[in-house]
Amino acid sequence: MMNYHFNFAIVWRYAGKLFDGLLLSLELAAATVAIGMAIGLVLALAELDGPRWLKPLIRAYVEFVRNVPLLLLVYLVFYGVPSAIDLQYDATTSFVATLAIYAGAYLVEILRAGLEAVPKGLIEAGKAIGLTPLGVLVHVRLPTALRIALPSLSNTYVALFKDTSIASAIAVPELAYSMRWIETQTFRTVEVYLIATPIYLLTSYAMLLLLRLAERRYAIAR
Amino acid sequence: MALFFQTLPFLLDGLLTTLLVSVSVVVLSLAIGIPLGCMLVFGPLWARLPIRLYADFVRGVPILVLLYFVYYGLPVIAVNLPSLPAAVVALTAFKTAQIIEIARGAFQSIPVDQMEAAKSIGLTLPDRFVHVLAPQAVRRFLPPFVNSVVDTVKGSSLVSLLGVVDLMLSLQQVIGRTHIALPLYGIGALMYFAINFPLSALSRRLEKRFI
Amino acid sequence: MTAAPAEPVIRIAGITKSFGSHQVLKGIDLAVGKGEVVAIIGPSGSGKTTLLRCINFLEEYDGGSVRIDGVEVGYKDTADGRRRRSDRELARIRVEAAMVFQQFNLFPHLTAAQNVMLGLVKSRGKSKGEARQIAEKWLTRVGLAAKFDALPSQLSGGQQQRVGITRAVAMEPKVLLLDEITSALDPELVGEVLAVVQELAAEGRTMILVTHEMAFAREVADRVVFTDQGRIVIDAPPATVFDDQPNERLRSFLSRFAAFHRPR
Ligand SMILES: Nc1ncnc2c1ncn2[C@@H]1O[C@H](COP(=O)(O)OP(=O)(O)OP(=O)(O)O)[C@@H](O)[C@H]1O
Ligand SMILES: [Mg+2]
Repeated sequence: MMNYHFNFAIVWRYAGKLFDGLLLSLELAAATVAIGMAIGLVLALAELDGPRWLKPLIRAYVEFVRNVPLLLLVYLVFYGVPSAIDLQYDATTSFVATLAIYAGAYLVEILRAGLEAVPKGLIEAGKAIGLTPLGVLVHVRLPTALRIALPSLSNTYVALFKDTSIASAIAVPELAYSMRWIETQTFRTVEVYLIATPIYLLTSYAMLLLLRLAERRYAIAR
Repeated sequence: MALFFQTLPFLLDGLLTTLLVSVSVVVLSLAIGIPLGCMLVFGPLWARLPIRLYADFVRGVPILVLLYFVYYGLPVIAVNLPSLPAAVVALTAFKTAQIIEIARGAFQSIPVDQMEAAKSIGLTLPDRFVHVLAPQAVRRFLPPFVNSVVDTVKGSSLVSLLGVVDLMLSLQQVIGRTHIALPLYGIGALMYFAINFPLSALSRRLEKRFI
Repeated sequence: MTAAPAEPVIRIAGITKSFGSHQVLKGIDLAVGKGEVVAIIGPSGSGKTTLLRCINFLEEYDGGSVRIDGVEVGYKDTADGRRRRSDRELARIRVEAAMVFQQFNLFPHLTAAQNVMLGLVKSRGKSKGEARQIAEKWLTRVGLAAKFDALPSQLSGGQQQRVGITRAVAMEPKVLLLDEITSALDPELVGEVLAVVQELAAEGRTMILVTHEMAFAREVADRVVFTDQGRIVIDAPPATVFDDQPNERLRSFLSRFAAFHRPR
């Protein structure tokens, strides 16, 4: 350590690479959150209001996905599925699909808990002003449930951003992958980590900060 | 089927490593994290501050980056760990931060009323801790803790990326040799599931019972 | 019943207490003799709870003095001024002013009997066996013979509060402090709890109770203290306080208790 000579200049030459990596990480997270929320909402509603036979299927999905490593799911979708059926997709698509399926399993639980926590009185008040079941859902249940769920959702979103680093295992050039790539190009290990780690930290906490601000504005204390 | 029985011993070896890593990480992080968690709640400011910083730092970085950092980064300062210990160190660093948070949450979720009731029947600080605070904190600690063990087992699969032959890497190796991917991933998933599902179920039962 | 006895169990002299810039207690004097029951009434925010909590030092008072049987509660005077007592000393003094809480505050991980036993074993140095006997005796007295081993979560509010009273009184404290102990209860459960308090009063226990149950205060108290804006405005026997009261503020306060509005 004592006689280690820092050389950030070399690493800076690859700053563009890091930036692209960060951007892709954020895109992966955004896509995942969007698809995952859709999965989560549909399944949460299906579990609460849908036919009885759906429940065990949704439970099975949630339990399976939550109890298996994300890395294994990533491999399974990227290497396993195309080996068995005739389907082609690139690593990025494959990863987004996997992480969305993974996220969905967590988001179902959070959203279902949020929907269950909507006070009965509110729903009745919605009916009393003549809203249809769909109207009650759109104007009463969902807005309330989302606000109730907001703190848990925030934590999950940030966790998903960090989970995008696992895409590096199938060579998706996001931030963690760029980091390792620059390291192998330059051998400036310490410098790379000294730059890349704060990028993750700052991004995670910037996300969390924004979400907490949103919470303060919208959240409903339970 | 024949393939299954051929590869099983190899996979079980990997599974053993997965369990070894997971158990070491859980035990070590409990041993470090609980005292730190207590200090974060009850300690003086000079002790709370670095613990708070540590926990927030570690939880803001992906586990994978921590793994790389310990394995590839530390050798630069002459800490040259083989892949297995490096993996355990990195995962423990992460898990410890989690344990600190869970312990803090457990203590802070106990209403001050409980302490006041304990004071008004004349309990001293050590008695209040042992008979009122700790037993309740343990109940609140257990469900999220057991649940986080599931995360540890899942997260341990990342050690395969450092070349530690755990269940994940032994699966990859078998698939590399046999080119039978999907069924083997399925088997691997079921093996992880077999460990984790009972833990998840236990966590839920504890939560119903205690919270 | 008349003047406070010469040797008061509790002597509060000029205590003051501020939260930030808000002075909540502005110099309170109160003496409670052995066997006396003092009811504190007064508008919300007048400092009743704060006063009660100062007596067993759950709240640290700023100035003045609180003595239980002549012993200063929270501080001791040393050569270099007033010093806060150690945790151990406080614990010893606090048992003498055991408190019953509005929200019961039972230990949720302990059974009814264990809730009562904990203080007996740890603060009163009883053996487990002795403590169990005392707990069972008391719980039986308050009508919970069938509930020794029930957890608080398995008890009704009224039952929980009876355990709360038992936990305090089993310590045989010099004074019992009760802060609105029925106000978290459903109306139909209030009676069973007040009956227990009444019995304890009848057997000559010293008590200070904050209450909004005016009829109860009138019946059980030897003296009624009316607090307003951090001061004791009136300290007199119930008859004087409740009937033909000349004090305007007290009259207007009492007029809010409809049940009390009976023509005479
Ligand atoms: N911990 C605290 N911090 C700041 N202010 C406090 C605190 N506790 C009490 N107060 C304030 O002190 C004042 C007196 O409170 P206290 O609880 O003693 O009133 P009270 O007479 O018991 O009222 P109530 O009948 O509503 O129980 C109130 O204005 C209250 O807001
Ligand atoms: Mg009060």
